[in-house]
Amino acid sequence: MSDRIRDPAHFVDPAPFDPEAAREGSREALSARRLFLRRFLRHRMAVAAGLILLALYATVPFVEWLAPYGQARRNRDFLYAPPQAVHLFHQGRFVGPYTYPYRAALDLETFRRDYVTDRTRPQPLRFLCRGDAYAWLGLIASDRHLVCPPEGGTLFLLGTDRLGRDILSRMIYGARISLVIGLVGVAISFALGLLFGGLAGYFGGWVDAAVQRLIELVRALPELPLWLALSAALPPNWSPLWIFFGITLILGLLDWPGLARAVRGKLLALREEDFVAAAELMGASPVRVIARHLIPNFMSHLIASATLSIPGMILGETALSFLGLGLRPPVTSWGVLLNEAQNLAAVQLYPWLLVPVLPVLVTVLAFNFLGDGLRDAADPYH
Amino acid sequence: MIGLVLRRLVTMALTLLFISALVFFVIKLPPGDFLTNRIMELRAGGEAASVAKAELLIRQYGLDRPVWQQYLMWVGLMPGPAGFSGLLQGDWGWSFEYDRPVAEVVGDALWLTLVVNLAALVFVHVVAIPIAIYSATHRHSLGDAVVTVLGYVGLAVPGFLLALILLFYANRWFGLSIGGLYDAQFTGKPWDGAKIRSLLSHLVVPTLVIGLGGTAAMIRRMRANLLDELAKPYTVTARAKGLPPTRALLKYPFRMSLNPFVADIGNLLPHLVSGSVLVSLVMSLPTVGPLLLEALRSQDQFMAGFILMFVAGLTVFGMLVSDLVLVWLDPRIRMGAR
Repeated sequence: MSDRIRDPAHFVDPAPFDPEAAREGSREALSARRLFLRRFLRHRMAVAAGLILLALYATVPFVEWLAPYGQARRNRDFLYAPPQAVHLFHQGRFVGPYTYPYRAALDLETFRRDYVTDRTRPQPLRFLCRGDAYAWLGLIASDRHLVCPPEGGTLFLLGTDRLGRDILSRMIYGARISLVIGLVGVAISFALGLLFGGLAGYFGGWVDAAVQRLIELVRALPELPLWLALSAALPPNWSPLWIFFGITLILGLLDWPGLARAVRGKLLALREEDFVAAAELMGASPVRVIARHLIPNFMSHLIASATLSIPGMILGETALSFLGLGLRPPVTSWGVLLNEAQNLAAVQLYPWLLVPVLPVLVTVLAFNFLGDGLRDAADPYH
Repeated sequence: MIGLVLRRLVTMALTLLFISALVFFVIKLPPGDFLTNRIMELRAGGEAASVAKAELLIRQYGLDRPVWQQYLMWVGLMPGPAGFSGLLQGDWGWSFEYDRPVAEVVGDALWLTLVVNLAALVFVHVVAIPIAIYSATHRHSLGDAVVTVLGYVGLAVPGFLLALILLFYANRWFGLSIGGLYDAQFTGKPWDGAKIRSLLSHLVVPTLVIGLGGTAAMIRRMRANLLDELAKPYTVTARAKGLPPTRALLKYPFRMSLNPFVADIGNLLPHLVSGSVLVSLVMSLPTVGPLLLEALRSQDQFMAGFILMFVAGLTVFGMLVSDLVLVWLDPRIRMGAR
């Protein structure tokens, strides 16, 4: 109180009253988008997951440069080679990152390859170096890599497979396909879900009933057998690239009902709002009402649902490729890599063949966390 | 109530009819069929007698007719060369690959599929409900955190890989035998006590693997539902008037949260069936999964069609049951239906 008496300017402000300025900084002044962002940032796990995904997707354009070997490069002397360690100190002296060379010796009793490491000769890694040639994005020829195996040595950080191909390099190449397939598939299912859900929710009546039946029908089908049937239907003479598109289409075609239901539910609720009646009275066409007034109102919710359905697609592709009905070599995805780890021998003798499951796990978890965070941010009352 | 059941049954029949059309369409998508491929092979090999036999089969099963007629004949809505004999009449068709009726080829696989899926369904519920209750009542405790983390991992691990790894370690640590649903010595033997015991011990790993993803999802949803109910005023009232904690939990909030749980069976079943097909393939269980894959690969159309219909029928029937249980459980739906 005493403050105010000493400072009369507080009582009578000569400047005209500005309602905009008065609202500045209060909660209502924040736009819906900024509110959304603020609520999302409060979700630590979701933000971390989002950053991980950003990092993963950032590698997609540069896989050729990141991978130490080309994806088809075979090393005939290194079949089923175990992972190699990178060391920094040789006999107590710092020499920078290096590997020890190893050589296969066939055990004549068990017919297994045992790898013998030569610990006397450290071979330093090379960075920003020339290695296997590639065409970047299929266009620009180059042979530059971030890291290359030492001169005359090898760099199999995650071991090699039955043809002596570097697992890490193939995993990096596989990330491109596996990550993209989820996005493209979800784009297809998003478009379909928006279309069908929009029609059902906006028009109601028999359109709604028809779409509802269709949704129930597709949801009643167990996905995997249908995926199997559809991918078996892809012509065998298609090129691997077309198969890739075919599989993506199949994954997207069977995933839309969930999204369509979300769209329909939200539309049914929003349709009753006054602003929709106002827009209609002013002569706005259904398309305009849907696109301009309704969709922005539940877009954030939709994006959250879509994010939550990406992991299903990635797992679906992995399962199909694992069964040999999905992508075919030379297209490399995480599922194709796991296809090679299909037998018990892999679990027992060559466990490093199972490593490609780790990126699948990380990606799926990250999408789940991100989706949960987005959903909570989009729907503050739930 | 009876009217509701009847209405549901009619919807179910219509759904199955639509599914059958879809299934037939998908199976017919790849160009050619088993017999034309076979005839081409035989022609190349110059075996005239076998070609004649295959051509006879084509006529016998009406494969030379338009696709829509083939479909109607397969379902049994149109007389084929042998009169009305389709799915509706209980004739499941002929497996060209095995050269035997489909019914004979699938045989035991049908009800073993049922057993595996039922076991997974029971497993999901028996495990998910107590864990969800614990997790919701001990919120933010260590146990809750562990369950949440395990739940996420259960969502993310591909089932087939888990099957492979568990198969290996279950054998190494617990001596549970690898693959199959019973020991090899029981193949083709009648079902007696020893064979059933063998079946039960083989069921452990598949049930675990198939049920895990569903359990994780179930726990998450059930926990959220129960938390919503626990925050409502009636729970507070129940506590305030001195109801013992267990009763205050189980009598009202638990029953309320069961509701979406039952309704969810409809969502859960397709996933379980999908999972069981995949896991059967990896663990070579004698269910319909491996048969389906093989039939799809060789375009053995009646076989693939029947198995897809069986699997779809399983889910649709499960959904019907879940609907009816829901009606029985929730008076609001029951009264509204009258």
